[in-house]
Amino acid sequence: MTLPFAPWADPASEPLIELRNVTKRFGVFEAVKDLSLKIYEREFFAILGPSGCGKTTLMRMLAGFETPNAGEILLGGTDLTPIPPAKRPVNMMFQSYALFPHLTVEKNIAFGLKREGTPSDEIADRVVDIMRLVQLTDFAHRKPDQLSGGQRQRVALARALVKRPKLLLLDEPLGALDKKLRQETQFELMGIQESLGTTFVIVTHDQEEAMTVSSRIAVMRDGELAQVSTPTDLYERPDTRFVADFIGEVTILEGRVTTASRGGVGLAVLEGAEDLRVVTDATPPSGTTAWLALRPEKVSISRAKPEADNAVSGKVLDIAYLGNISTYHVELANGSIIKAQESNRARSDRRDITWEDAVWVAWEEDAGVLLLA
Amino acid sequence: MNRTLGQRILVALPYLWLLVLFLAPFLIVLKISLSDLAVSRPPYTPQFDLSGGWAGVKDFFAKLDFENYTFLAEDSLYINAYLSSLKIAGISTIITLLIGYSIAYALARSPRRWRPTLVMLVILPFWTSFLIRVYAWIGILKTEGLLNQLLLNIGVIAEPLTILNTNTAVYIGIVYSYLPFMVLPIYATLEKMDESLLEAAADLGSSRLAAFFLVTLPLSMPGILAGCFLVFIPAIGEFVIPDLLGGSDTLMIGKTLWVEFFSNRDWPLASAVAILLLLLLIVPIVLFQRQQMKQEIGT
Repeated sequence: MTLPFAPWADPASEPLIELRNVTKRFGVFEAVKDLSLKIYEREFFAILGPSGCGKTTLMRMLAGFETPNAGEILLGGTDLTPIPPAKRPVNMMFQSYALFPHLTVEKNIAFGLKREGTPSDEIADRVVDIMRLVQLTDFAHRKPDQLSGGQRQRVALARALVKRPKLLLLDEPLGALDKKLRQETQFELMGIQESLGTTFVIVTHDQEEAMTVSSRIAVMRDGELAQVSTPTDLYERPDTRFVADFIGEVTILEGRVTTASRGGVGLAVLEGAEDLRVVTDATPPSGTTAWLALRPEKVSISRAKPEADNAVSGKVLDIAYLGNISTYHVELANGSIIKAQESNRARSDRRDITWEDAVWVAWEEDAGVLLLA
Repeated sequence: MNRTLGQRILVALPYLWLLVLFLAPFLIVLKISLSDLAVSRPPYTPQFDLSGGWAGVKDFFAKLDFENYTFLAEDSLYINAYLSSLKIAGISTIITLLIGYSIAYALARSPRRWRPTLVMLVILPFWTSFLIRVYAWIGILKTEGLLNQLLLNIGVIAEPLTILNTNTAVYIGIVYSYLPFMVLPIYATLEKMDESLLEAAADLGSSRLAAFFLVTLPLSMPGILAGCFLVFIPAIGEFVIPDLLGGSDTLMIGKTLWVEFFSNRDWPLASAVAILLLLLLIVPIVLFQRQQMKQEIGT
């Protein structure tokens, strides 16, 4: 039996990168606030957040283009802060790719090796190898402007990887590609990362991309880490409303804790209706305001009242038909809206729920997450 | 594709312009260069005259010859003037490039909000007549001029320097006058350069100096070439600057042409000098055009 890859869960393992209380200010604006984070070897680590959350600043500090105002950044135990970008065992794949337009693919890739004085026959071998890995062999003598977006992206990746960095930084690496190509490339990236064993840190605002590729995700908000977890934990067990809302679709219902017993609480959300039951480890005192986060796919919709832990009635306000699934927006008596998702196994002309219908939405007590912040 | 009359006229206009204002004068100069000097008005022979009929036209062409060109080739004065023009234009271009590149680089790296003002300052001298600006250099460079007074006062020199009426003054004049033509195209290429390229170079292990020579310089090559041609081509035929700032021993083909035309009133020989100058300039002009074409295809 192989153990799952989870060095962060093992207190004995040493992090490759450790940020200790790092702060970065631009004038009076604090882009990164007292941030601490550990990233382990062989991880595919994603930094996810809305624009302006400080994720790019964090990455640029790892690359050496920005110096933190306070705190330290350790790589394998040594402080990186005084080391200029050119001397760091860290390479970056730029968002714009930043390929040298006057050099061929081959020379772009060889650029970094020449700078460190690698013998020319070794350079040739390593360039050939990496071009094979990213399937660029046929394009060796082309200039960047003769390549497609996907090919340019691979040149940028190869150019950074050929230096065999301890850490590869990827700044929105797939942002310039169209959706289909992006999905293919995500899997390519994962394959390459696994075969080389290099630690990857990817910065992205695309939560699907982060979920797909990474071993762990750090969600950033206003220069701070909102949560650092595996994709599954982030989706199923968000810590805060911000994270729940940022990752995927969610319904958030505000209520008051009425009964708190071991393993679950009652949450009063609707006047005159039964309390909603939520399974949770937390034991908030009754009377506290709390929120229930519900993923649409865990909520069912039906005309008749179903047998379920929680069921509330409402009216269909909107139906978002996405082909494979439909999301029903159901308005409750108090005006709040619950999203329920059904997969369209039947053809659409046989769907029986439509606009303005009175319906029941239902979910089990362990379907939602109780949030206290 | 069928063109309307309006479209035809629109296309024909620039050709007509070139025909009347470029080709016709060129053919006239070419014709004069093949004629002989004569004491008449205008001072050359043969004159084109249709009254003699077909025989008159034939007679006219029979009288044209390459005598003036042979003379130019035999007299070392002219060859030296051409060579000296090339040398002065070449050295001036290199000096202009070194100064102009530094200015363009500083402009391109200056804060974005200052750039329009700084570019404006580069163009500002054009608001004053070229002739007056060159003339002003006489006041600066002459023995009792501003430069010598300044240097004497701060004690750098004990004796005033003789700069005016030397080749040095010509270099100063050309570099000063043509600097904007070097700065602007280089600035244009540097300004549009993606700064993340320099970060990428640093990330891949380049020092700042290496990044300049490996990335910035090659990428600004189109601007450098455009600037060099824009300075070199007019500098070869420059007349005003060597005439006002240069000495009697400053040999430049533009000045020689002036002397032949106005002082010696040898229109045929002056025309031959002009035609040869044109031929001399065709090479750099064609190179310049090809480089510009390549640029256009590239973008």
